Amino acid sequence: MLGTAVLPSPGLLSSEVDFAITGYLKYKIFGSDWYITNTHISILAVMLALIIFAIIVNINVKKADPTKPPTPFMNVVEFIVETLDKLIIDGMGVKHGYKYVNYVSTLFLFLVVANLSGLFGFRPPTADYGVTFALAIITFVLIHYAGFKYQKLAHITDLFKPIVLAPINIIGEFATPLSMSLRLFGNVLSGTVLMGLIYGLVPRVITMFGWPGVLHIYFDIFSGAIQAYVFVMLTMTFISQNFDTE
Amino acid sequence: MSQITNEGLILACSAIGAGLAMIAGIGPGIGQGVAAGFGANAVGRNPGAKGTVMSTMLLGQAVAETTGLYGFAVAIILLFANPLLGKLK
Repeated sequence: MLGTAVLPSPGLLSSEVDFAITGYLKYKIFGSDWYITNTHISILAVMLALIIFAIIVNINVKKADPTKPPTPFMNVVEFIVETLDKLIIDGMGVKHGYKYVNYVSTLFLFLVVANLSGLFGFRPPTADYGVTFALAIITFVLIHYAGFKYQKLAHITDLFKPIVLAPINIIGEFATPLSMSLRLFGNVLSGTVLMGLIYGLVPRVITMFGWPGVLHIYFDIFSGAIQAYVFVMLTMTFISQNFDTE
Repeated sequence: MSQITNEGLILACSAIGAGLAMIAGIGPGIGQGVAAGFGANAVGRNPGAKGTVMSTMLLGQAVAETTGLYGFAVAIILLFANPLLGKLK
């Protein structure tokens, strides 16, 4: 369940309940078994969708004629870019915000598409702790990069300001990526588990009439968008804590 | 009583433990409710600031949710990736 290795199910639930990470293709690295799981497949699908979207946007931007009004597609793209710009500049300030627009908007687009991929029959990639923890590690590195860049050595010495609280401060620094990744993972996984239980345990005749769509609206669209927003907001908050305050 | 195997006992106790771990859901429920109540209060006083109040409220609720999710993670580990079963041998 956690991580990429496929764990044996203890058999508490019937085999029709399907929300676990399943491996399809086995290969060996240094004598240990690894699998190509459905997380890999859905994360590749998400990346493919984003890359194709980016290529289409690129072609359209090059063809765009500044003297004419923009096409409807370009209007949508401009709306997305302007909304993300406004969100990030509001969160991080005008002075340093523009440097982080690329990373934060990429993260937001990836998380939104990844959380919505449950609608298309994929297992959301963010329901795998390996994915969310990797994203949180990237954010962790960026937080401390910003800390050393803007605060210099005070970034380290601030941890020992009241010397008694130094262990708690250090643990708190390392708890940041853990809580961020667990929050995203737990929210998406709880939706996946609940939908798996409904499709697996409720008789097929009852789920045929489309009412699980209401639950998909909540768990995939509402919860997914909120969690992507929260992850991005926390990333921006933690990074902009390190900016010099004047 | 003698028919219960060691694996069966561990699985049964793990199921009970998973249920107990989900008691952690009470705290975030109260916290999110308080946050939503104050959010509604703030929008009632100042309807113009609805967007800011909404985003602040959602961020606070998401942070309050973390402890409940720790309980959820413990329950999921007990049910599907039980580390105790490996300690039998």
